[in-house]
Amino acid sequence: MDPLLQVRHLRVEFPSRRGALTAVDDVSFGIAPGEILGMVGESGAGKSMTGAAIIGLLEPPGRISGGEILLEGRRIDDLPQGELRKIRGRKIGAIFQDPLTSLNPLYRIGDQLTETILTHLEMSPVAARARAVRLLEEVGIPAASERLDHYPHQFSGGMRQRVVIALALAAEPRLIIADEPTTALDVSIQAQIIGLLKRLGHQHGTAVLLITHDMGVIAETSDRVAVMYAGRIVEIGPVADIIKRPRHPYTVGLMGAIPDMSRKVERLVQIEGAMPRLDAIPSGCAFHPRCPRAIARCRAERPELLAAGSSHAACWLAGEVVHV
Amino acid sequence: MSEAAPLLEANGLKCHFDVSAPLLNRLLEHQPRQVVRAVDGVSFRIDKGTTFGLVGESGCGKSTLARLVVGLYRPNAGAIRFEGVDLAAGTARTGSKSPQARMQMIFQNPYASLNPRWRVADIIAEPLRFRNLVHGRAAVSARVAELLRQVGLSPADAQRYPHEFSGGQRQRISIARALAGEPDFLVCDEPTSALDVSVQAQILNLMKDLQRRLGLTYLFISHNLAVVYHVSDTVGVMYLGRLVEWADTESLFRRPQHPYTRMLLDAIPDLAMTGRPRTPVAGEVPSPLDPPPGCAFHPRCPFANARCRSEVPQDTKLPGGAVACHAVAEGRLPAWKEYGA
Repeated sequence: MDPLLQVRHLRVEFPSRRGALTAVDDVSFGIAPGEILGMVGESGAGKSMTGAAIIGLLEPPGRISGGEILLEGRRIDDLPQGELRKIRGRKIGAIFQDPLTSLNPLYRIGDQLTETILTHLEMSPVAARARAVRLLEEVGIPAASERLDHYPHQFSGGMRQRVVIALALAAEPRLIIADEPTTALDVSIQAQIIGLLKRLGHQHGTAVLLITHDMGVIAETSDRVAVMYAGRIVEIGPVADIIKRPRHPYTVGLMGAIPDMSRKVERLVQIEGAMPRLDAIPSGCAFHPRCPRAIARCRAERPELLAAGSSHAACWLAGEVVHV
Repeated sequence: MSEAAPLLEANGLKCHFDVSAPLLNRLLEHQPRQVVRAVDGVSFRIDKGTTFGLVGESGCGKSTLARLVVGLYRPNAGAIRFEGVDLAAGTARTGSKSPQARMQMIFQNPYASLNPRWRVADIIAEPLRFRNLVHGRAAVSARVAELLRQVGLSPADAQRYPHEFSGGQRQRISIARALAGEPDFLVCDEPTSALDVSVQAQILNLMKDLQRRLGLTYLFISHNLAVVYHVSDTVGVMYLGRLVEWADTESLFRRPQHPYTRMLLDAIPDLAMTGRPRTPVAGEVPSPLDPPPGCAFHPRCPFANARCRSEVPQDTKLPGGAVACHAVAEGRLPAWKEYGA
């Protein structure tokens, strides 16, 4: 299938007094219709920046300084703001971490939903309201027609995130960017929201870019996963492969660092140190100072993504089998 | 649990907050008093040198319980005993350190719990000075350097400010400050929740090392079941102010009894679950202002019956633990499918 979204050699920079800081560096990936691509990494890895660049919501002075973004074969990264606004909401929906800040506290949720629907779709206000009720029912909000007249503060955290999802789906977008959609929620609510995202994606054939730091969430929802480190994708491939046979030492470390409930271990796998700052990205492979397997070549030369089994890894040693 | 005397024992702890409207409003609008039963009759014990993990979703009273234990809140009822001494009985000086002086707390957010205008040296030295543990400038800085080394930082870091450190390093500073008072007992309220997984692994490993080396006892609070499984010897599960189940870690995770514990275990996204369907979780935690009658979990429980809706379940003793559930007491709860088997 042709990818719905194609990101090619994307580069996001922040100008600063001491030169430009590169937050996203040469990132390329595609998402097919109906596919969920998980994007995982620790804070500062550039995953949210990538999502913001796609939807055209980079905070200035951040800017796209290279590469291109194609939606349904059409470039969207160089569109003027007005054009972009039409695509945003209509073709690309967004779900953010904190549902309270994504909703306007002064408007009833029904008004917020119908506003979005009327902005993007040709229909009467009455039809828009009926559609809003259907949307709320679809995301699992009981007594939807009455809830339409409630304000955001009258909803619980989980219900609020459902409203945000309904809002993102309002104009039937082709792509949804979900940036940490379950991070602010309790585990039992998180499980409900994950199930909902998965079901809606498959039913509507909507592609989803799911950005999260939680490997468990990715494992359950995504078809493919991209692991980011210091602004670059270090490994990308089918989710089952990456979980069972991670190739990049960073992915291996990341998996080992997650406490495992199926067996008790005395110590967790520990990656020494921390993610480098943007103004001090190491030479060669950015992971080499923390990598237990680094060789001389890693310090001098930057590895590109290379095929390793059914996935791709940016590591000089990826050809060899890494044992967890 | 062992027969030895516990380090800390809590009996029937209650902490209620009055959140009523002002008196005038209540009189004019005929509103009743409103009370949040944040902690409502919780009993547990922690043996010396072990870790008691406490899990539950937001609003179930975990943090209130932590604050009760260290004495930041006073309980409305119940008692906490530290090595047999009632904490409420006051600080009768008997030569040794008071129980409060032997407890310290580590908070969730290392960005908020360190004073941004103090150097690390002053932050860590404050408990030393306050408790008069070390005398003389040279001795204080030597002790600070030793504490920094103990948590994996460099003695040179003492002259820097908190903003110069990453989240994980700041949590190490919080731990060093907690250790400065030479405590036996640490209350850790979500100590790794604000950290990335690789940094979380570093902090959890550090906490385990310190426990072994210094013989510390932990009350470890987290909403993350995998983290609690990793660090704890005994685990308690809280729901709406009550401890609904506690047991040794292996029993609780392998043979969970309470339907809420089972639901939590079922809900965690897991690496092993790739591509497998799971049983959906229903409902949300009700408002603590208006908890359901009987067993607070009954509206979400698949095994609830008339008794569950009217009568608050009492603890049923189990080997190595206890559970507050009518279905367990009546033996009508189906067996749990072994997790991860």
